[in-house]
Amino acid sequence: MTSWALWAVAVVIVSALPTVLSLFQIVQLTVFMIYSLLALSLDLIWGFGGILSFGQAAFFGVGGYVYGIVGINSGSTTLALAAGVAGAAGFAGLLGYFTFYGRVGSMYFAVITLTVTLILHQVMGTTADPRYAVGQARLGGYNGMTNIPSLALEVPGRAPLTLDPIPFFYVVGSLLLLVLALTRALVQASFGRILAAVREDELRTELLGYDARGRKLVTFVLSGGIAGLAGGLFAGWGNFMNPQVFSMFQSALVVIWVMVGGRGTLYGAVVGTLVVQFLTNYLGTASVTYTTVALGTVLVMIVLLFPRGLVPAIEGAIRRAARRRAPAPEFADE
Amino acid sequence: MDLVAVTAFGILYTIATLILLALGLAVIFGMMGVINLAQAEFLMLGAYTVLMATSHGASVWIGIALAPVVVGLLGVVIERTIIRFLYGRMLDTMLATWGLSLGLVGLVTLVFGPTTEGIATPLGHFTVGEYRLSQYSVFAILMAFAVLGLTYALFNYTRLGLVARATMQNDNMVSALGVSPARVYMGTFAFGSALAGLGGAVMAPLTGVVPTLGLAFIAKIFITVIVGGPVILLGTTTAGAVLGLVESLVAYTSTPIYGQVAMLVFAIVLLRLLPQGISGFWRRGV
Amino acid sequence: MNDVVLQARGLVKEFGGLRAVNSVDFTLRRGELRCVIGPNGGGKSTLFKLLTGQLKPTAGTIQFKGLDVTRLHPHEIARAGIGIKFQVPRVYDALSVAENLWLSARFRHGATGAGPIVDRVLAEISLAERRASLVGYLSHGDRQWVEIGMVLASEPDLILLDEPTAGMTHAEARRTADLVREINRRATLIVVEHDMDFVRSIARYVTVLHRGAVLAEGTMEQIRANDVVRDVYLGKRQHARG
Repeated sequence: MTSWALWAVAVVIVSALPTVLSLFQIVQLTVFMIYSLLALSLDLIWGFGGILSFGQAAFFGVGGYVYGIVGINSGSTTLALAAGVAGAAGFAGLLGYFTFYGRVGSMYFAVITLTVTLILHQVMGTTADPRYAVGQARLGGYNGMTNIPSLALEVPGRAPLTLDPIPFFYVVGSLLLLVLALTRALVQASFGRILAAVREDELRTELLGYDARGRKLVTFVLSGGIAGLAGGLFAGWGNFMNPQVFSMFQSALVVIWVMVGGRGTLYGAVVGTLVVQFLTNYLGTASVTYTTVALGTVLVMIVLLFPRGLVPAIEGAIRRAARRRAPAPEFADE
Repeated sequence: MDLVAVTAFGILYTIATLILLALGLAVIFGMMGVINLAQAEFLMLGAYTVLMATSHGASVWIGIALAPVVVGLLGVVIERTIIRFLYGRMLDTMLATWGLSLGLVGLVTLVFGPTTEGIATPLGHFTVGEYRLSQYSVFAILMAFAVLGLTYALFNYTRLGLVARATMQNDNMVSALGVSPARVYMGTFAFGSALAGLGGAVMAPLTGVVPTLGLAFIAKIFITVIVGGPVILLGTTTAGAVLGLVESLVAYTSTPIYGQVAMLVFAIVLLRLLPQGISGFWRRGV
Repeated sequence: MNDVVLQARGLVKEFGGLRAVNSVDFTLRRGELRCVIGPNGGGKSTLFKLLTGQLKPTAGTIQFKGLDVTRLHPHEIARAGIGIKFQVPRVYDALSVAENLWLSARFRHGATGAGPIVDRVLAEISLAERRASLVGYLSHGDRQWVEIGMVLASEPDLILLDEPTAGMTHAEARRTADLVREINRRATLIVVEHDMDFVRSIARYVTVLHRGAVLAEGTMEQIRANDVVRDVYLGKRQHARG
């Protein structure tokens, strides 16, 4: 099946879903797709860049809070969404510049991103007092920012039209497919190949003339922007934003999504997110505690048993089973 | 004058407790290169050991004595079932221990409930001018330095310590000499876990006991050990002193939370300037 | 017009108490083929790392094509026109031969211009039939060739070869000698080597490094006649040959 056909199938499926699913399921699926965007951002920097970042949740949160601030104060949700993306990307640029150009090792980088996320968690939690507000947007401490406007369609000359769940589902779905398509195109072009070289052997790549630090920074900024987009959409979906997005749990969840789906394919991140979230829902949302234990166990099992990811392991098993049925060709590609 | 003494005491307290809590991780990360994100949960389990002891009528001191044993044994189990398969795979160890951390927090919450339990602080108070300070916090400070000294002595003046340090440098060589590196790793991990259990137990009456106890400490102890650099004990002590100083100074002038934030930010800046950590100028050692 | 392409003055590199490179002066003219020899630990690899920017000197300066490159970042030095082939090949094992060369050529020639360069280099290193093979599966000698190809594809003005015949058979080494002489027509070369037959077959001018300092410099005949060098390095070999 050619990739064009696959894309067409995906578009058709997404378009058709509202006709077969209930409204509640559509709303659920919308937030899962928003999470997929977040997972995608991690796969870009981790699966392709080879750089583990625990900070995607931070960019998600920054994007959401900025969306809230700009949305509440300006009334324009389009501007708010753009601001969320820009804010998150800018933050990623700062952090990336600070670490990549400081020759900080990859493991320390992971710790630093985790620390930054935790710092945000602490700081945002202290903002309960009403004086912590940007314009009319109160930060709200642990309870978070509320009354964040839903995403609205803004046509010049007319009043903004707040999107109902189904149109919002379509907007999120199209954005997800668009980002997925664009990032795949990017990693299959020169940019991606050079990034792979940086990942394999950074020194060698520099000795060929490429500015490895600059490329890592660009990738990190892109991933930050995508995470920020997810954050803005999330704020527009739920009309709230609280410091929980900066928690260890949320940071862990993003990593689990990508680990389940397998690194380095981009669509794997989407699949991994959907699988984990559906599973979590199925197991029952009665107790966050049970979910925590289950997720912790899942993470340990996957690292021990399927270090390359659940989806690649399943793909590999299917391929091996298919090969055993058909007579083996001369050279296996494994 | 009294205020200066009390403030100095407070700074010393912050530094000492930071070192006490980070010591186990310094051993595990410094000697084995294992990034154990569940280390803070070992602290938490040490605290719960004390809680269990006191709720069954035993004294706090019994709990403190038991904690390293309990958590050390748990460390053995964890090393055998999870960690030893992931040696050399730093990021995978990080992820697996993260999962472990989540699991432990969840399990403890299920068993003990999510609320904070207090433990009465033994020993009384002493006064400095107008201020009352708890004698137990003095005990905590003394314990910190005692454990630090003992660990240093263990690694540098005993045969066990020599074997451990040799394994850290070259495990092939050590196995050619008849020592099993696997057992050394297991023992070192258990020791690091026991230290954590002890640290958490000592701090339990001062911090309160809650399943998410670890979350408050994980970033601090990690950043302290990493900023400390490859010379484990000296580095962690120095980093603890510097970062503890920053934290307490900022906390005194604003709020404890900003103190923590300032400390973390300062640590990140330090890492940027000294990517190998403070003791990175020296060769790897203890 | 100054035809000095590389000028190192008073280069020092210290690691803790150890002086790996001890006040080295080094002048290289355009089109030269300089061999650097000396016992192990003499500082040859460290010198290369200083020239590529992987290490920064403790003291001293390096001028390349009139430009002060002492403090430049490795990728800036590479862009200026210095290429290196490592003793243990640093190639992209997970990519094919052609992709390795493409990455190298693409830098100077862009994505489309890189194609013809890759084809040409593949022919030069005689790996055209294996262009799609993953480098990780190639033999050691072939991986050396891939790395040589990568250096050629980036068309540098100065090429550093760190023990290019390490692990090669005699036949492969002879082929390498021919290639080195061929490359010398378009680029200046510094070759670090231990294989004295190889050195003899290509060398015009030789620098001997011992304990981080320049022990002697001259033509191959002058070096062989130098008693000090003999005692330190060549001497033992001469006696072994009887």
